[in-house]
Amino acid sequence: MFRLEDIVRAFYIAKKDIKEYYLKPPTISWGIVFPVAFTLAFILKGGHHAKEIVPGLIALALFFGTTSMAAASIVFERKIGSFERLLLFPISYTGIALGKTLSSFIFGIVSLIATIVVVLPFILNVHVCSLLLIVVLMLSAVMFSAFGVFISFLIKDPTNTMMIFNSIRLPMIFLCGIFIPVSSLPLPLRLIAFLLPLTYSVEATKFAIDGDYDIIPPAVSILLMFITTILLILLTSIKIRRAIP
Amino acid sequence: MSNAIVAERLTKYYGDLLAVDHISFQVRKGEIYGFLGPNGAGKTTTVRMLCGLTRISEGRAYIYGHDINEELVTIKKLIGVVQDISNLYMELSCYDNLMFCAEMYGVPRQRRKEQVMNLLKFFGLENKKHAKFKELSKGLRRRLAIAAALVHEPRLLFLDEPTIGLDVRSKRQIWNLIRKLNEEGITIFLTTHNIYEAFRLCDRIAIINRGKIIAEGTPTELRKKVSGNKIIELQVSPPIKKNTTFESINGIVDVSIGRDNTIYITVNDAITALEGILKIVKKLGLEIVTLNLRGADAEDVFIKLIDETDRSTRLDTRR
Repeated sequence: MFRLEDIVRAFYIAKKDIKEYYLKPPTISWGIVFPVAFTLAFILKGGHHAKEIVPGLIALALFFGTTSMAAASIVFERKIGSFERLLLFPISYTGIALGKTLSSFIFGIVSLIATIVVVLPFILNVHVCSLLLIVVLMLSAVMFSAFGVFISFLIKDPTNTMMIFNSIRLPMIFLCGIFIPVSSLPLPLRLIAFLLPLTYSVEATKFAIDGDYDIIPPAVSILLMFITTILLILLTSIKIRRAIP
Repeated sequence: MSNAIVAERLTKYYGDLLAVDHISFQVRKGEIYGFLGPNGAGKTTTVRMLCGLTRISEGRAYIYGHDINEELVTIKKLIGVVQDISNLYMELSCYDNLMFCAEMYGVPRQRRKEQVMNLLKFFGLENKKHAKFKELSKGLRRRLAIAAALVHEPRLLFLDEPTIGLDVRSKRQIWNLIRKLNEEGITIFLTTHNIYEAFRLCDRIAIINRGKIIAEGTPTELRKKVSGNKIIELQVSPPIKKNTTFESINGIVDVSIGRDNTIYITVNDAITALEGILKIVKKLGLEIVTLNLRGADAEDVFIKLIDETDRSTRLDTRR
């Protein structure tokens, strides 16, 4: 699927994005401050039940972190015309999609670390499967990044970026098992939940932290996250190709 | 293979709009080839098709023998493109912008730094090495954009309106750079709506209007296309306000009066016309302040050719 030189160039795109966008106000506010703030708010409000929502909050914070970076880097570049510069380099469209996914992934990890620092006191006494948690969070970060990158390419008017992103992200808080288990949702909403990538991340993170899951076995969640990631990167590369007039 | 670019019936439709209309041309290796035309003529669309930023609707194009539709990644390694907007990365320094381009073009790691430093020096940007792109003036941004397109030592450079929006000094600096690059063996495809730029810089020029190439040749060949006509520039005292004064003279094609009261008389028989003009000047008791006879210049050529195509298009539409 990827040539070696595409993968190397994808890293260069990620490195450039880190230098260019990591300190931009929308990236910091929506990607780090907002997820850390709502995680802290829910944990403080949750009292002794806080432990139960920690896995969902971690996944949600990661989701906001990665998608905010994608929105900042892609939508902004398309607006000022510098995205076209990437199309002039000898790299495939899939390579560009991978590069953009990678920069969001790295930012997502930074955002995740900030969130983990906040939730750490609440999971100290919990038996955590560390290796599985790392795998799940890494995979979630890549999948959310690919999701954010794909959505960014669907946005036509840059002024609507955060409105569109939030209208996708915020309903997921209630549909993906963070506060309300997916198994308790009415059937139509449950079906929608199965279509949303955050659901699988929340389920797998729950298992890695609690040793328990709600409705989707962790192996299935991990497999589906992997497939979704590949699919989103491919769809993005198709979208880039089709965007050429 | 002596051609850097071969375009065969290259065509672009945007929906129903025909932006580029079955144009064919060749750009020889080592030359500066100009694409001259008014705004909206199809210049940028042609460049975009040739570097893969816009799909080709019909026809074919080859860069150094490689088919654009089939070998785009190979072609991208051979060409450098400077678009009509300076679209480098705002938050990155001049050095980081060039380094990123070097990485993306696959310049070997051990040569990257040297190459970037050489370009900063060549373009007079050494002291701006750490300045962010957003902090540069328009002229410096344009210079850095050209430098970025050269970082991988391309054989062919596309320059799309390279001096648009620049002041006279920056414009001349860019022209000198273009000549210098061409002397170093780089083939240059230059689009411009600036007639003087095209006639000063280019070895050959194609004039494009409404998506069609309406004339092609060296600047001298293009001037010959209107060589039958010469222009007399006349200033008299007291000034004449009516351009009908000289219209009855034999050999005169057109008369117009400029803002500074200079009378521009286009003639097809200079001697007969001059005799007639001098007679009238004497008869009216006018004093000649200046009198110049010159051949058609670049602007005359351009206007004549553009007017001719516009006229024939209007006639076609009426039919």
